[in-house]
Amino acid sequence: MRTLTDISQDSSRTRRGVDRQASGGAGAAHPHESAIKHVTGRASYIDDIVAPADAVHIALGLSPVAHGRLTRLDLEKVKAAPGVVDVITIVDVPGHTDIGPVFPGDPIFVDDEISYVGQCLFAVAAESHKAARLAVKQAIVEIDEQPASLDPVAAAERGEFVRPTHVQESGDWQQVLDGAPHVLEREQFVGGQEHFYLEGQACLVTPTEDEGVVVYTSNQHPSETQKLVAEVLNIPFHAVTVEMRRMGGGFGGKETQASPWACIAAIIARRTGRTTRIRLPRAEDMRVTGKRHPFHNRYRLGFDDQGILLGGDITVIGDCGYSPDLSEAIVDRAMFHADNAYSLGQVRVTGHRAKTHTASNTAFRGFGGPQGMMIIEAAMDDIARQVGEDPLTVRKRNLYRAGRDVTHYGQKVEQLELLHDIVMQLEAKSDYWARRRAITEFNANSPIIKKGLALTPVKFGISFTAKHLNQAGALLHVYTDGSVMINHGGTEMGQGLHTKVCQVVARELGLDLERVRITATRTDKVPNTSPTAASSGADLNGQAARDAATQIRERLFDFAAAHFFKDQGGLDREGMRLENGELVAGEGESAHRIPWGELVQAAYMSRISLSAKGFYSTPLIHYDRQTAKGRPFYYYAHGAAVSEVSVDTLSGEYQVTRVDILHDVGDSLNPAIDIGQVEGGFIQGMGWLTSEELKWNEAGRLVSDGPATYKIPTFGDLPPVFNVELMQGHPNSQASIYRSKAVGEPPFMLGMSVWSALRDALSSLTGYRECPRLDTPATPERVLMAAEALRRRQATATAVEETSDDLA
Amino acid sequence: MIDFYLNGKRRQCTDVSPDTSVLELLRTQLGHTGTKEGCASGDCGACTVAIGEPDDNGELRYHNANACITPAHQLHGCHLVTVEGLSRGDALHPAQAAMVECHGSQCGFCTPGIVMSLFTLHEAQRRHPAPLTQESLEAALGGNLCRCTGYRPIRDAALSMGTYPDTHPTWADDPDLAINVAKLRESASTTPELAAQGHFTAPRDLATLRELKRQRPHARLVAGATDLWLEATQQLKVLDDLIDVRQVAELNAIEETPQGWWIGAAVTYSRLEPLLEAHYPAFAHLMHRFASSQIRNRGTLGGNVANASPIGDTPPVLLALDARLSLDGPDGERELPLAEFFLDYKKTALKDNEFIRAIFLPRLADGQNLKVWKLSKRREDDISAVLAAFAWRLEDGVMRDVHLAFGGMAAIPRRASRAEQALEGQPPSVAAFDAAKRALHDEFQPMTDVRGAAEYRQVTASNMLERLRLILVAASNKNSHAEVTLDAYAH
Ligand SMILES: Cc1cc2nc3c(=O)[nH]c(=O)nc-3n(C[C@H](O)[C@H](O)[C@H](O)COP(=O)(O)OP(=O)(O)OC[C@H]3O[C@@H](n4cnc5c(N)ncnc54)[C@H](O)[C@@H]3O)c2cc1C
Ligand code: FES
Ligand code: FES
Repeated sequence: MRTLTDISQDSSRTRRGVDRQASGGAGAAHPHESAIKHVTGRASYIDDIVAPADAVHIALGLSPVAHGRLTRLDLEKVKAAPGVVDVITIVDVPGHTDIGPVFPGDPIFVDDEISYVGQCLFAVAAESHKAARLAVKQAIVEIDEQPASLDPVAAAERGEFVRPTHVQESGDWQQVLDGAPHVLEREQFVGGQEHFYLEGQACLVTPTEDEGVVVYTSNQHPSETQKLVAEVLNIPFHAVTVEMRRMGGGFGGKETQASPWACIAAIIARRTGRTTRIRLPRAEDMRVTGKRHPFHNRYRLGFDDQGILLGGDITVIGDCGYSPDLSEAIVDRAMFHADNAYSLGQVRVTGHRAKTHTASNTAFRGFGGPQGMMIIEAAMDDIARQVGEDPLTVRKRNLYRAGRDVTHYGQKVEQLELLHDIVMQLEAKSDYWARRRAITEFNANSPIIKKGLALTPVKFGISFTAKHLNQAGALLHVYTDGSVMINHGGTEMGQGLHTKVCQVVARELGLDLERVRITATRTDKVPNTSPTAASSGADLNGQAARDAATQIRERLFDFAAAHFFKDQGGLDREGMRLENGELVAGEGESAHRIPWGELVQAAYMSRISLSAKGFYSTPLIHYDRQTAKGRPFYYYAHGAAVSEVSVDTLSGEYQVTRVDILHDVGDSLNPAIDIGQVEGGFIQGMGWLTSEELKWNEAGRLVSDGPATYKIPTFGDLPPVFNVELMQGHPNSQASIYRSKAVGEPPFMLGMSVWSALRDALSSLTGYRECPRLDTPATPERVLMAAEALRRRQATATAVEETSDDLA
Repeated sequence: MIDFYLNGKRRQCTDVSPDTSVLELLRTQLGHTGTKEGCASGDCGACTVAIGEPDDNGELRYHNANACITPAHQLHGCHLVTVEGLSRGDALHPAQAAMVECHGSQCGFCTPGIVMSLFTLHEAQRRHPAPLTQESLEAALGGNLCRCTGYRPIRDAALSMGTYPDTHPTWADDPDLAINVAKLRESASTTPELAAQGHFTAPRDLATLRELKRQRPHARLVAGATDLWLEATQQLKVLDDLIDVRQVAELNAIEETPQGWWIGAAVTYSRLEPLLEAHYPAFAHLMHRFASSQIRNRGTLGGNVANASPIGDTPPVLLALDARLSLDGPDGERELPLAEFFLDYKKTALKDNEFIRAIFLPRLADGQNLKVWKLSKRREDDISAVLAAFAWRLEDGVMRDVHLAFGGMAAIPRRASRAEQALEGQPPSVAAFDAAKRALHDEFQPMTDVRGAAEYRQVTASNMLERLRLILVAASNKNSHAEVTLDAYAH
């Protein structure tokens, strides 16, 4: 530029001398960067983007059956339907037809074999969304239907897997089982979960002048979508740019499963030369995309009279649906979390990846971890009843502790004190024991309404278990008015990642948060990025942004030392710092202060680069699948929750009346956002285990395919007493960004306390001698059926006792 | 043409097909994309808008509604307020400001809808300040799903917005807005032009409605559209011939007689609420769990009855109360006991050219009791798996006039006549109730579906009788303190 802008209105200049902290830097409870846009309707999502008037709209033709061969697909009437512009099938795909994200197995359209209800057969592009949807109905589809495999346990028995079985072993578990004073064996079914991101899958593609496309997509993994779109179109990656400003929720559901729509829209955009829109109507979204994996788990565990685990055998079977997708890593994570916070002793953990004819199940907050934890939490309750102790007592006895601090995959649990502190503090804060007594007394006098109480901890491993994904990049520009632009590879889905990354930059550069702006994630700004997943968003991208900011800062320090106050011998490079919008050199009265804007302009005039790219890769982590040993996680995040429920044992209905949570985020980057993640995660986890029920009919069709039949928690499910606190005084033991911890996924599993409290309430029907099997989601129906079963067994047991009394 | 006000500005939209929703109109024709689509079925609340209609005093009253299932043509003569129309320049409305400060948005997709529900709550509070209770907050916000926040910050925003400076939206400065809106309503909705378009007709009186039904017997009637519109958005049916009953004066009347009340078929649940609160607390309590405020503001009793769903919530209650219907049409009016209205699955005694004019709710007799229990997966805004409505009197220790009506247990809502017989004239003894449970088990063969298994329905229906027995026992036994109902479900 020829001249520089006038920065005399520079806020750092006018505010100079005022004693104030740069507002909103890392650690502050700053609101979400888009909060005002959210509440005014100005925040733009994919379907809000204004497209040219000639844009075309896509609707999908989907398979009505779960398994079979496509014998006829007659689309003549579809093509002739009003408003139709283009119709495509597998033969119209110019490049790759398999868009499996990690392993092959996901055809973009059905070629021959149909593998689930909702699989894509063809796509229609028309002048309007409605015209496209109506045209789809004109297709003539003939399918040679075959029996569908819908039972993952049976599939596992037949050896039908999408990926090979993996086993982790520590010690001689068989011998331990043989010699254990007590052995229990149980099974459970843990239901899946629909993401129900409020914004459904959506994408908009514009063709570019050079045979490429620009893809706007609601997407957690822009780089992967860039790759797949390029492969499908058979063009180089640099011809595809993916842009992603914000998602209306992701939760894992847009990690791999946002790509197919982008690929389909890209093909149409290239064929028609027109901007192309696609968005899935809710019912289609729910049928077509994969969900949290349902799991069938079992354990055989030995323990002593104290209820302390000696070891045993745990098996988890993930229902993966028809293709691998991310199931390898998801079932691994279930296995890595089959211990939750407890030392298992000498144990074997086996994970199967069963193949069934349903949509391909995928990432969802916790990524298999929650399903794995459920088996050991079930065991804690069961063992407690067996040895006649309170479940909390048994849980505490089994927590990782000195001498029992190595997991079954060989990683040492480092922050033992933190884990115990959380449980002990929460036990006190929630008044656990006094309430326990009150509840026991209440239940003794209340035949119908039964109360339950439970404390469950969480220990969740942070890092991608696919090692190479643990890297991130960032791009930072300083403009000559002093404003700062940061971009990174992470995506914003509501979790506040962009807010946190801006806070990191603001803190590194000593600026007000208003000075730092973030814009859409774009593959042409930061390339080759990892998905925003595994709770790693702020850990990875925050570090990359910090790296970029550090480079700029050091560069400016070098420049300033040589440039300013030359007559006074220059500035002291050693003690320089950026704070409150100024560069400060020296101490106290004699300190020199240079306003940020002035510094930046001077640097520009002296031809100093004001742009930097940052990079980060997580140290220390490794895992060897051969030996099933390693350190897959950089660190663990912890937490615990206490939930109280009241159950109506005539209807199975229940209320969660009080919840207390204490959660560990190390030194928080933004307490308001972190609390939001903890609360939202808890409620979502509670929904998973209580009201959110996925149901398929015998033909494999999802029948809970909309919010009318699939019930996520609503306003009234918020517990009337909901005390949520962040654990204080335990910075991360690893050198994470400002010693904070990841917070996206771990709190989700706090919801297990509700399920355990329900079991506790039901257990009171047996005088706390038995713990019922309670599969999930624990709908009123399941709770009632469990209660009825317990009552029936109680009745027979009493009858037997009475008869034997008579005999005696 | 649809002639209405949008955020204070007059809009005239032509060439809008009859089955266009308010949401489609906003997003695709008016370029207002602040209002979101999350489901297009009335369940998520992302599309919530506020609709202002002149009340009896000529003032605009705003209610929240689901834009995705509100017919665009019903905007005629209304003031539609969307999330774009709340702030005053840069100054946020209290509903918005409180949401920002309480960290009430994460992904932000539900937020416009939440803000609009908060706005209508704020409006209601301005008119009639009342302490906000858990119940009133649930009533206001139960129809807005949020997948991210877990609702705590939204609750805080609702509780704190009253303390913010009351920043009015810019349009609130216009003193003539209410009058202008009312004028549109008066003039335009009766114009022959509107009727001549033929396909979305909104008559204003009974005579015109009868005449239209004579001319177009196969035209679909639409009231709140909370059932009908799903045919358009979910099944992609073309609805091109509609007669709107919302404006018909006679169908909006509530007429009191010594025996009870004639409720016009187009009376919305929200309007019915005070009457139910005063005279049928158990029924009123059910309505708190019926759908959401968005739906209750538009949905009608007539629509619920005409829809004849086996899991509709009001028919069992109406059956337990011996409600009657007034059916009307070009051939005149006739009365029918509700029990004779439901013939088979979704089949009714309504003739093609007929409509429901009103529903008669008999007054509870002295000593007559009414209990209503709704069983669903989620307490709020969920469809019943089983619904039971029981009415009876206790006379000298025995049960009289026993009415046991069930939804979700058969192809139509109906009474359990054999179970009723088992209790009639009996004291509330274990033996009598055991007999009633056996009879109940024999006379219903419920089905298994997404809302519950047949066995579950059987067991819970039987347990509802058990609960009734326990309540009767407890009532006669002063020493019994044990609760038999959860707080949130009690009435
Ligand atoms: C999210 C959601 C939640 C719901 N929750 C519940 C619930 O908890 N319990 C429940 O019972 N229902 C529920 N419903 C269903 C619906 O709200 C009710 O059935 C409502 O009463 C329908 O009334 P309406 O005025 O909207 O009817 P409309 O949709 O306008 O009409 C329904 C049917 O009745 C006909 N009709 C309307 N008025 C007349 C008349 N005067 N004479 C003859 N026929 C007429 C129409 O032609 C149409 O066939 C829910 C719906 C939604 C979308
Ligand atoms: S879009 Fe979900 S209620 Fe309208
Ligand atoms: S903020 Fe994401 S759905 Fe509410």
